[in-house]
Amino acid sequence: MSEPILKIENLKEWFPVRRTIAQLLKGEQIWVKAVDGITFDINQGEIFGLVGESGCGKTTTGKLLMKLLEPTDGKIMFKGKDVTHLEANKLKEYRRNVQMVFQDPYASMNPRFRAQDVLEEPLIIHQVGETRAEREKIVRRSLEEVRLIPPEEFMGRFPHMLSGGQRQRVATARTLVLSPSMIVADEPVSMIDLSTRAEILHMMKTVQRELGLTYLYITHDLSTARYFTDRIAVMYLGKIVELASADEVIDNALHPYTKALIAAVCEPVSGKSNTGRSYL
Amino acid sequence: MTDTDNVLKVENLKINFFTRKGTVYAVDDISFTLKKGETLGLVGESGCGKTTTVLGLMKMVPTPGEITGGRILIGGKDIVPLSEDEMRKKVRWGKASMVFQGAMNCLTPVYTIEKQMMETIQEHKQMEYFKAKNIIINYLNLVGLPEEIIRRYPHELSGGMKQRVVIATALFLEPKIVICDEPTTALDVVVQAQIINLIKRLKKKLGLSVIFITHDLATEAEVADRLLVMYAGKLAEIGTNEQIYGKGGPIHPYTKKLLKATPRLHEKVEELSFIPGTPPDLVDPPSGCRFHPRCSEVMERCKKDEPPLIKVEPEHWIACWRNHHE
Repeated sequence: MSEPILKIENLKEWFPVRRTIAQLLKGEQIWVKAVDGITFDINQGEIFGLVGESGCGKTTTGKLLMKLLEPTDGKIMFKGKDVTHLEANKLKEYRRNVQMVFQDPYASMNPRFRAQDVLEEPLIIHQVGETRAEREKIVRRSLEEVRLIPPEEFMGRFPHMLSGGQRQRVATARTLVLSPSMIVADEPVSMIDLSTRAEILHMMKTVQRELGLTYLYITHDLSTARYFTDRIAVMYLGKIVELASADEVIDNALHPYTKALIAAVCEPVSGKSNTGRSYL
Repeated sequence: MTDTDNVLKVENLKINFFTRKGTVYAVDDISFTLKKGETLGLVGESGCGKTTTVLGLMKMVPTPGEITGGRILIGGKDIVPLSEDEMRKKVRWGKASMVFQGAMNCLTPVYTIEKQMMETIQEHKQMEYFKAKNIIINYLNLVGLPEEIIRRYPHELSGGMKQRVVIATALFLEPKIVICDEPTTALDVVVQAQIINLIKRLKKKLGLSVIFITHDLATEAEVADRLLVMYAGKLAEIGTNEQIYGKGGPIHPYTKKLLKATPRLHEKVEELSFIPGTPPDLVDPPSGCRFHPRCSEVMERCKKDEPPLIKVEPEHWIACWRNHHE
C-alpha cells in the first residue's frame, strides 16, 4: 500500500445540548458526542468503507472531512498537510481536492438547472476554464466518464427528466469536473432501485480505477460495502469498534456489534425465512 | 384449493392512467390470490406497478388513474363496484388496511400520536373516547412501544418508532388483510430486521394475511411465503419461496437478473451484475414480451407475441416463451 492520502487522529465532534437555567447557573454542559475520538488512515487509491446504523456518527465524520463542520478536537491531515482549521481561501482549494456525492439525488440538485448547469457551476465557482467552450469540454468529458453517452443528450436535461440512476451519475460527474483526488460518498445508492444500484457502484468503481481516486464510502449496508470497498471501519456511538479488510470484517468479525450487524442483513436464500433472526 | 381459503382474489385487474401523453397501462390484466395466513411478496423495480396494484386493492388509485376492468374479491365479495362511502365503512381498515411507503412522511407533524390514531378510529367506527384510547395503547404495546408515546409528536420519534406507529394504526380495527408497501426501505439494516420480525410475529399472533411489497429480493426471502414478480404492469413469475430462492432458482430471465443484482453478504463477488436499461414507458409498452428489449435470452417470438402466464409446476407460474412447450 502507498502513502496515506488522509490521516485522522483522535477526531471529535461534540454538539452542545441546550441548557436549562439551573444548568446554566451551575455552569453544567451536556454534550452529544457524535464523533468521539476516531483515528484512521485512508491510503491513496483505496476505497474505505464507514459502516454503522443511523445515528452512529458516520455522516458527521463525512461532514468533518468535507470541512462542513469544525471539529471539537483532533487532527485531519490531507496529503501531509494539516487541514483541521482552514481559512476561507485555503478551504476552497481543499474542497477542489475533496468532493462529495450526497445520498439523495432528488434533493441535491437544483430543479431549475439543466445537467449542464449543474456541472458547470463548480467550475465557475472555482474559476476553472476561461471560456464557456472550455468549460463545456470539461463537462462533456466528465459526463462521458460516468457513462452518460452521448453527453449532448443529457446536457440539456433537467433533473426531473433523468431517472434515479442517471441523477446519481450526474451527481458523480459533478464531483469529477474539478478532478478531485478524493470523494466522500454518503450512502450514494441507498435511494436507488436494486437493479440499478449494482450498475452505479460498478460505474463508481470503474471511474475510481481509471482516475486513481480515493473514496470514503459511508453506508449502513454491509453487503454493498463488501463488494465495493477495500477496508471497512465499523462505527458505533461515535467510536470505531472494528477496522479491517472488507473480507476480514465480514467473514471473521470479532466485535459483538459487528456480529450483530451482520446477523441483521437479509440474504436472498430460501429456508432462512422461518428462523427468527437475532437483532440489537 | 377451495375459494374459502382465499381471503383475497384478484381477477384480470386493469388499472389505467389517462394522462395528457396518452393512456398509461400501469397494471395490465393481472390475476392472483392471497391465501389465509400467508405472506405474499410483490417484487419488481420502481415503476413496475407494484404500488398501483395495491392502491387498486384499496380503491385508492389517484386521479387520473382508474380501475378499468377486472374483479377484486375480498371474502368472496367484489369491491370494484362499491362507492367511496361504502369502501370506507365496510372495507378500508375494517377488512384490509395498508402501511404506506415512507411511513415517516404519512404522519401529520402537528398532531400527537394519540390524535392521529384517534382520528383513524373515529373516522371508521363510532366509539367512546376512553375505549378508543385503550385500543390505541393496547396496539402500541403490541408493536413494542411504551404507553407515553401517545403524547409525543412524530418529530420526537425515530424512524423505526414511526414505522411501528404506522403499523399499529394499520392494525387496530382488526383487518384480516394488511398491505405493507416498502415498510423497511428507508430504515437501516438493524431497524429493518426489527420491523421484519415484528411483522412476522404479528402475522402469527393475529392470524393476518400480508401483502409485502419491496424491490429488495433479500428482504423478501425473509418474509414471503409466495412471491409475485411484476414487470411493466404484468406478472412475470409466481412461485413459492423455495422455488425462487431454493436450489432450482427462478425461471423467468427477469427474476434471475433481479436475484443476481442482489448483493450477498457471505459471498465475495468481483462484479455484481445489473439489468441494463430501465423499465419501459407504459404509455407505449414494447410489443410482445415487455421485457424483451432488456432480456439476454430473447428469441424472435418474444418480439411479436405476448407470453401467457403458464404453470410449470405446482404453485409455480411464469410468463416466458423460453419455457413454453406446446
